[in-house]
Amino acid sequence: MTWKTTDYCGWGRVHSAHGPLARPERASALATIAEKTPAPAVGMRRSYGDACLNDAGRMIDMTRMDRVLEFDPATGALHIEAGAQIGQILKIFAPKGWLPPVMPGTGFATVGGAIAMDVHGKNHHGAGSFGMHVTEITLMMPKGPKVVTPAKNSALFKATVGGLGQTGPIMSARLQMLRAKGDVMIVTERRVEAWNEFLALLDASEATYTVGWIDATARGDQLGRGILEEAETGAGLIPPAKRGKRIPFDAPDMALSPTVVRTFNAAYWRRVPDKGRTVVKHIDNFFFPLDKIHDWNRLYGKSGFHQFQCVVPIEAADDLRAMLERIAGSGLASPLAVLKRMGPGRAGYMSFPMEGYTLAVDFPNRAAARRLIGELEAATVVAGGRIYLAKDALAGPDTVRGMYPEFAAWSKTVQKADPDGHYMTDLVRRLKLRTA
Amino acid sequence: MSQTWIILGATSTIARSFARLASDSGDGVLLAGRDIADMQATASDCAARGAPLAEVIAFDARDAASFSAILKRASDIDGTLSVAVFVGSMPTQDAMDADPSLIAGTVTDNFTGPAIFLTMIAPILEARGNGTVVGVGSVAGDRGRIGNYIYGAAKAGFHTYLSGLRNRMGRKGVHVMTVKPGTVDTAMTWGMEKLPFLAQPEKIAADILRGANGQKNILYTPLIWWPVMTVIRLIPERIFKKLQV
Repeated sequence: MTWKTTDYCGWGRVHSAHGPLARPERASALATIAEKTPAPAVGMRRSYGDACLNDAGRMIDMTRMDRVLEFDPATGALHIEAGAQIGQILKIFAPKGWLPPVMPGTGFATVGGAIAMDVHGKNHHGAGSFGMHVTEITLMMPKGPKVVTPAKNSALFKATVGGLGQTGPIMSARLQMLRAKGDVMIVTERRVEAWNEFLALLDASEATYTVGWIDATARGDQLGRGILEEAETGAGLIPPAKRGKRIPFDAPDMALSPTVVRTFNAAYWRRVPDKGRTVVKHIDNFFFPLDKIHDWNRLYGKSGFHQFQCVVPIEAADDLRAMLERIAGSGLASPLAVLKRMGPGRAGYMSFPMEGYTLAVDFPNRAAARRLIGELEAATVVAGGRIYLAKDALAGPDTVRGMYPEFAAWSKTVQKADPDGHYMTDLVRRLKLRTA
Repeated sequence: MSQTWIILGATSTIARSFARLASDSGDGVLLAGRDIADMQATASDCAARGAPLAEVIAFDARDAASFSAILKRASDIDGTLSVAVFVGSMPTQDAMDADPSLIAGTVTDNFTGPAIFLTMIAPILEARGNGTVVGVGSVAGDRGRIGNYIYGAAKAGFHTYLSGLRNRMGRKGVHVMTVKPGTVDTAMTWGMEKLPFLAQPEKIAADILRGANGQKNILYTPLIWWPVMTVIRLIPERIFKKLQV
């Protein structure tokens, strides 16, 4: 059968949808669906909110179309089906000396999803966003495959990259892979005592991969303390990564109570010695630390969780500090909090990145946390920043449009590509992105 | 010595996973099936994963004339030759009850087509004195049930054929393994209701490759189907005929 009617949800498990899902395995099957019953495409549903949902409508699950169509070992040019996961690509090609050019925090994200969200990684300050390394996208339109390149179809390309899937299902893409020394990571970890030091270290970092873990529960003098990780690829032999563990049930609420989180964060921070250290890590463990724990989203219990992620311009660093102060004061944050310096690189009209600092913090789905996220969104607007639609589940239409200055160009191109609104998702409806 | 798998029915979900895993471990793959364009995508995937040989060739279980080209290509491949048969089709019992002319095709796809091919290629494998034949049957072939007995009968025929082939080829150094998968999460079962112990194709493919390396004779996968089917086989017919399982 082509369609399976089922319930599904986003990674944060707050929003869910009910409707028929198709999961084509061949291009010919996808072509038939695209022609007869056009619908938005979805990958591994690693978007936290409702970007990957189409309640009461149809959805095309692309995860079974995940093959390497062509690879040139001399140049690193890769043509791959959109359902392929970034972690799989890493696994196949890292031993051959090539890496996906940009890797988000989870290896389960698909190529199609990485394009539709124009994702960034720990190398954003140098390499830019994922879409900047995409040289061609094939969309499966009702009339058949449409090949889109940045040179020939500039507007459609920019509306597709970071375009939330609104220009049609991405069937395959060509990427330029990145040459790597080997498939291990040499990681320098440094304890950071407080906010100002953190920003200074991020600004000064010359590493290819840089990311900061931040203790979002630390207050006062310790506000903004964390661990700075700087890494380069290297060659060497370390044992293969251990098989992942699975969270078998929804955790009770107290698993992430303020005391537990505060205690955990303090211990996690002290784990790195005072003088810092350099360790060799398996490449998977560095890029996708949480993927080892399958279904870790269940740690937040049945009601799910939110991630707030914003980016603010460099000159608005103090606004970001004030936001962190508010988060730390609330006692609502979970241990998962990340601070990173972003470069200007972005490839689509609706791409998230801007030059500045990005902060991402997870919160359990409670009324107080939703209120706090609302305040943080407002603060982001004042700071001239923007929130990340791959994570968002709560914003309203008024907040978001103003954050994305190229919204009008995106809207116009999308309207032309999908005049009948076949590819609308719950996120697009919530934020009224397809209504004039 | 390098091994090459001739994979019949290479567009099936499990075959695709199997081809990948075989490529990961350095084996070659000769993909045989009807959708050439789709198999070409799988072949590229296998080549990128390390398969020293990744080619496609036309195969149609209902057209025995298509077999000789495969035999010819296979004879030219050096090293160990192995065959894995994933061919099959499963019209619903209702469809076949309404149109009995569908039965012949179902039997050809699941039993006689593969049997003719294997009988033709057997001497080539025997002459080399090594290699493996993997035949994918089904737990549905273990007992005739009201909801699926023509498909089951075809698979049962294939099981018995494989048992005989094992008896014959074993003495020439070629191992034959019968695989009996339960319900698998494939395009064929997508959207079906009430599928017990539904398994992922990657798991089935990994079990098959491990079973083939370990020279298992009959492989139930996932393993839970071995006790389940043992019990189902033991139910006396006078009781079984009244059951709806």
